[in-house]
Amino acid sequence: MHPSKDERLITVLVADDTATDRVILEAILRKQGHRVLSAQDGEQAVECFRTERPDIVLLDALMPKLDGFDAARQIKSIAGEELVPILFLTSLTDTDSLVQCLEAGGDDFLSKPYNPVILQAKIRSFFRMRTMQRTMLEQRDQIAQHNEHFLQEQTVAKQVFDNITSGGHVDAEHLRYYLSPLAVFNGDVMVASTTPAGNLMVLLGDFTGHGLPAAIGAMPLATTFYGMVDKGFAMSDILAEINGKLKSILPVGLFCCAAMVEMNFRKNTVRIWNGGLPAAYVYRKDGRVEQIKSTHLPLGVLNNKKFKADPALITMAHGERLYLWSDGIHEARDAEGEMFGEERLLAAFAKNQKPPALFDELLQNVKTFVGHGQKSDDLSLIELLMAPLSSAYVTPGAEQATSQSQLAEWSLVFEVKPSSFAIFDPLPLLLSVLLEVPGLRNHSGTLYTIISELYTNALEHGVLGLDSSIKDDPEGFERYYQLRRERTQAIKEGYVKITLAHKTHTEGGSLAITVADSGRGFVPNERTEQTGNEYSGRGLKLVESLCDALEVRGAGNVVAATYCWHTDD
Amino acid sequence: MSDRQLIDHDTLSTLQEVMEDDFARLIETYLNDSEDRLSAMQKALASGDGEALRRAAHSFKGSCSNIGAATLVAQCQHIESAAANNRLTGLETALVSLQGEFSQVRHQLVVYQ
Repeated sequence: MHPSKDERLITVLVADDTATDRVILEAILRKQGHRVLSAQDGEQAVECFRTERPDIVLLDALMPKLDGFDAARQIKSIAGEELVPILFLTSLTDTDSLVQCLEAGGDDFLSKPYNPVILQAKIRSFFRMRTMQRTMLEQRDQIAQHNEHFLQEQTVAKQVFDNITSGGHVDAEHLRYYLSPLAVFNGDVMVASTTPAGNLMVLLGDFTGHGLPAAIGAMPLATTFYGMVDKGFAMSDILAEINGKLKSILPVGLFCCAAMVEMNFRKNTVRIWNGGLPAAYVYRKDGRVEQIKSTHLPLGVLNNKKFKADPALITMAHGERLYLWSDGIHEARDAEGEMFGEERLLAAFAKNQKPPALFDELLQNVKTFVGHGQKSDDLSLIELLMAPLSSAYVTPGAEQATSQSQLAEWSLVFEVKPSSFAIFDPLPLLLSVLLEVPGLRNHSGTLYTIISELYTNALEHGVLGLDSSIKDDPEGFERYYQLRRERTQAIKEGYVKITLAHKTHTEGGSLAITVADSGRGFVPNERTEQTGNEYSGRGLKLVESLCDALEVRGAGNVVAATYCWHTDD
Repeated sequence: MSDRQLIDHDTLSTLQEVMEDDFARLIETYLNDSEDRLSAMQKALASGDGEALRRAAHSFKGSCSNIGAATLVAQCQHIESAAANNRLTGLETALVSLQGEFSQVRHQLVVYQ
């Protein structure tokens, strides 16, 4: 504010009833370049201080009317928080009198006869002290103001954050998690939601840094996650989208270590992608622990060209569990500063008797290790259980958003051309249209399964001419997908045409789904014979069970399904 | 006029440097102050007011020390201490001696005026 405060003219008040001493002191001070005010007794000194607010006060101890001690007390009380150095002018020598000066609020003494060099040094030093104290008060007030502001903002931010990240209503049967209350502002975030196909999608993220900056990145992450999972996007697409978004908004050096998991409860498979988080543990039925280490860079580091969203695929039997954590557990410290570490973590697994209790045992172990009085508030732990789906899931957000446009009677034809087969998945696009129909929203899972099965059949068996019997033995599975990859890359001709036609009636509506392909078709009878088979043919049977009607037309290259819904569903 | 050196001339020449043109006014101020303090001390002693005597002696001591009159400082200190302990008997002599000493200082200061 005042760039040359130290060089500023210093105003000094001199109060002494002895004219000789006053005259000498005034002369010295003026000669040293200060502005001088004078008073001949204590009352004048207090009055002068009140009106002129000098920087430093020099007070004689013994003065008529009001002595130096009382004047000092009054001046200090007028000054309040401001530091006004008071120096007693004295030829007092006994300890008691000197102590009395200090107790009255004096900051130092100046003894008679006056020594100009000492006087100048003291004036300078006390003025510096006063300037520093004034700066400190200003900064203290600023900090207090900023802090109040910050707390307000943080409260609001926390509310917004909670609203955004708590978008998913996940079934507790397959997912258990612990996020300590302060973890949000430590940069930890967990989002979970169910895909239209009924898979559970979970992402645990740990942003670098702490506090608000770390929490801010969680918001685009959460909105992207929920938006895309609901629409049926594949895990790799979601990861790439989040990565791109974080890369573009986060400053360099701020990124998000994350692990994403998709649990398929029908096929007992798990897709997992780990970018920078500690290894996830798969707890097998026989007690073995398999680690799935990070093989990728965290989200928000690479641009999307270099980013690899290729999750690993593992199988998990019913009753097996998968654990995800941020480094809060590994780095939790005890009173001596030692970290919990991986060995203790593995020991906890080894000691476990009943797998369902492991989650609580892990948390308890860490808390006991850290002990009381220590900060243990950035623990994040997730447990995923492979188990059959026991009840029909409800698509998240199904009960909300009924106020959107009421799409009733319509139809669309969507044709996928050769160059798109390898790179484009039409499901999210089509599903997002279907979700615009209020009555269909609760059926998105079933519709996803129907369309996805029909599309896959049309593409793989129709257009690509793949024989599903290849998949009959387990080794054939891989060969099948190898062929699929080769043929989708090579294909130059063909199409899959999906026609959706929707109409409503008083009690609901019906959706006609027709999928036609450019393939040679098949004889339905052959198909039926194989339906008892392990893998192949299962698709149409499943679709048939989900639909109200299923019809194979033409040479077998057109399949028409009808799906009806009722308003009281 | 005594040959005794009652004032410290180094102190005075330092003051002269600081005060410049105001130096003569300072000497005059000191002489006036001193008359006032001496008569205050006389009054206080006559009325047996030890506290007033102590304060006057203390203030006089301060200005004497600033002007460099060391012997006056010592005599003031003696009176101040005695008055502080309320031992006023015998202080008349000390006061007379202080006055005598002061008139000699006054003489020596004339050269600076």
